[in-house]
Amino acid sequence: MATVQIIYAHPDPAASRVNKTMVAAVDGAPGIAVHDLYAAYPDFYVDVGREKALLAAADIVVLQHPLYWYSAPALMKEWIDRVLERGWAYGKGGTALQGKKMLSAISAGGPPGAYEAEGYNKYSIDEFLRPFERTAVLCGMDWLPPFVFQGAYGTDDTKVSDHGQGYRAHLIQLQGEGE
Amino acid sequence: MEGGVLLAAFFFLAAAVAVVPFAQRWGLGSVLGYLAAGVLIGPFGLKLVTNPTDILHFAEFGVVMMLFLIGLELEPAKLWRLRRPIVGLGGAQMLATTAAITSVAYFAGFTWQAGLAVGMALALSSTAIALQTLSERNLLGTAAGQSAFSVLLFQDVSVILILAILPLLAVGTGVIDPEHPIDGDAVAGWIRALTVVGVVAGIVVAGRYLLRPVFRFIAGSGSREIFTAFSLLLVVGIALAMQLIGLSPALGTFLAGVVLANSEYRLALESDIEPFKALLLGLFFISVGMSIQFDLVIEAPLQIALLVAGLIAVKLVLLAILGRVFGLGRDQNLVFTFALAQGGEFAFVLFQFATVEGALTPEQTAPLVVVVALTMAITPLLMLLLERVIQPALASAAPKRPDDEMEPQDNPVIIIGYGRFGQIIGRFLHAYGIESTVLDNDPDHVEVLRRFGSSVFYGDATRIDLLESAGGDRAKLIVIAIDDVDKTVEAAGAISERFPKAKILARARNRQEVYRLMDAGVHALRRETFDSALSLAGEAMTMLGAHPYTVRRNMRLFADHDEQALAKGYEVQHDMESQASLARQMRDELAGIMQSDGADEVDDDDRHQGWGGD
Ligand SMILES: Cc1cc2nc3c(=O)[nH]c(=O)nc-3n(C[C@H](O)[C@H](O)[C@H](O)COP(=O)(O)O)c2cc1C
Repeated sequence: MATVQIIYAHPDPAASRVNKTMVAAVDGAPGIAVHDLYAAYPDFYVDVGREKALLAAADIVVLQHPLYWYSAPALMKEWIDRVLERGWAYGKGGTALQGKKMLSAISAGGPPGAYEAEGYNKYSIDEFLRPFERTAVLCGMDWLPPFVFQGAYGTDDTKVSDHGQGYRAHLIQLQGEGE
Repeated sequence: MEGGVLLAAFFFLAAAVAVVPFAQRWGLGSVLGYLAAGVLIGPFGLKLVTNPTDILHFAEFGVVMMLFLIGLELEPAKLWRLRRPIVGLGGAQMLATTAAITSVAYFAGFTWQAGLAVGMALALSSTAIALQTLSERNLLGTAAGQSAFSVLLFQDVSVILILAILPLLAVGTGVIDPEHPIDGDAVAGWIRALTVVGVVAGIVVAGRYLLRPVFRFIAGSGSREIFTAFSLLLVVGIALAMQLIGLSPALGTFLAGVVLANSEYRLALESDIEPFKALLLGLFFISVGMSIQFDLVIEAPLQIALLVAGLIAVKLVLLAILGRVFGLGRDQNLVFTFALAQGGEFAFVLFQFATVEGALTPEQTAPLVVVVALTMAITPLLMLLLERVIQPALASAAPKRPDDEMEPQDNPVIIIGYGRFGQIIGRFLHAYGIESTVLDNDPDHVEVLRRFGSSVFYGDATRIDLLESAGGDRAKLIVIAIDDVDKTVEAAGAISERFPKAKILARARNRQEVYRLMDAGVHALRRETFDSALSLAGEAMTMLGAHPYTVRRNMRLFADHDEQALAKGYEVQHDMESQASLARQMRDELAGIMQSDGADEVDDDDRHQGWGGD
């Protein structure tokens, strides 16, 4: 069974609804591990060796975070900058991640209609995630279609918990495909 | 004491209250204060109390209690660790001092027997004076304190032996046959030895197995004063038992203390006995002051002065030599030596006993009693001399040697004080490849660090010439990491004047010190416990379930807020009232911020407008 490593970044987990529910939903699923970056590195000092070991052991890497200013919260960016070292993740001899899969699991405040050419934000989520997509490809990883929750504000609880269950099912399915 | 016990008690207490606080305030210590109070109300002062010896006997019980308390602090294992100083140092001190004084007495015309009696009695030091003077200065835990304690303990044991020997020294009451000196007493001696062993074993066994259940029972009854009464009963009872079998009560209660050191009732016992001890010991010092017979001093002032000086000198010299042989460093040895250079309260008892037994005549002992009392009174003065004159003089004279050795140093950083605090700074900079020149005033410390190859120099922070050789005018930073704020302030002031280019970093313990150091021109300050305490506080909140990142941010918020309060407090530092109200205001403000954080009440609709929902 393919192993899933979720790299989770939420600076304010106490106030989270969507992401908290997602994390709770995958809890205990075999072969799926969550690594909370803001809990592990509250002072932004990312332990590169430890992170590399986590990635090396995983088949599927999930970057889970809320969309903040059309991007990821700051520690996720710091994590990418530090961990994906040249000579390890890319560049000469940088083959550690080759053949692994990467999935972005995103929650956004803006509703679906807002992420269209005619919508409020002018571009689709896919387009906003291009930097992540290129990062994955540059490291030789397969970029999977992102798993997105839109319209986080004001949604009812069932939608949120359905999303959590959907998340779990989606990851388990990916695990199966990874065989 | 015509007016009865109450009147006498009134005089004692009044004298103590009137004199001791001043002695304390002027840094003379309470012992000197009590002694002075005694002289004041005694037969040679205002004549308010006239029978000092009776009171002295009663007050000696304070010494017994003191030893009980010391025993409580000493676990058996710790006592065992002290066996070398007790037997070695203590034994050597008794032998050497007795020999020296005996020979002086012999050449002064005493028979050798009388000389020996005098020698043994005067070889003893005063447990009460020495230990109280040391503990008043917080020196009991130091090497000097431990050594002094060991010697005193051995002396206490020796008293038993001396009491046994004194009757044999009686000239005229019986000629001692050198072949069979105590023949007739041999059987009695055995029985006595057995009783002693039995009683001591009894104390140990009872202390271990019997006292705990009794204590538990009494503590369970819930009446506080009965517990106190039992504590006192215990001490008094042991003292009586010891007296009965001819052992020193102090020794017996000490032993009982050691046995109880591990028990869960230790603290309760301590707090019960402590006030009695303190009062009785004060009374004891007062009666020593009263019993100084100044008429004898006036009759033969020169002779008495000579004897006092001689006794102190002999003790000082022998103690200094022994302290050195037993490995005390110079400063520790000085404290040890000065603390013990006096006659002891046991001498009073022994002289009296010796006169009764006919080993000495009253004419011989009378001046000696005065001498002993005077040396006891002089000890606190000697300690003051040591602290105020000798130690400072040595301290400023000592760095001469390293001063010469120190090549002009070129490191960009100078660290003054290389204890736990300074070392962290030095190690961190070293990891960056930045070397520091280190000054420390603990010779042993310097020795060790040198072995690790650091450029460490022995010296005092406030010596500006030393800092000059350390490269003060070329240094970018000077870190003052000593824990003495007065010295830090002094050093900072001197440095900013002499080396204005260097930035000064320093540690402080609390707000007041921060302000003083700011005034002294320090550029960067840290309160030494603040960061570690806050860090542990953060750990606590995390354990209570708060998220580490939120905790982290709040720790920073707290620290910044505190820093602001510190800055604001600086302006009102001399106004207690506005300081208090500032503290309250800042505290409420902080709670307001931290508790609203994370649970802010922004309207949900309002937020979701931002990214295209409406
Ligand atoms: C600082 C910040 C920036 C945000 N930026 C965006 C954004 O660019 N686009 C968007 O659709 N939502 C944005 N949001 C809304 C969050 O994405 C949304 O609150 C989150 O996904 C809800 O998930 P949660 O319940 O796990 O916190 C932002 C929220 C914050 C606090």
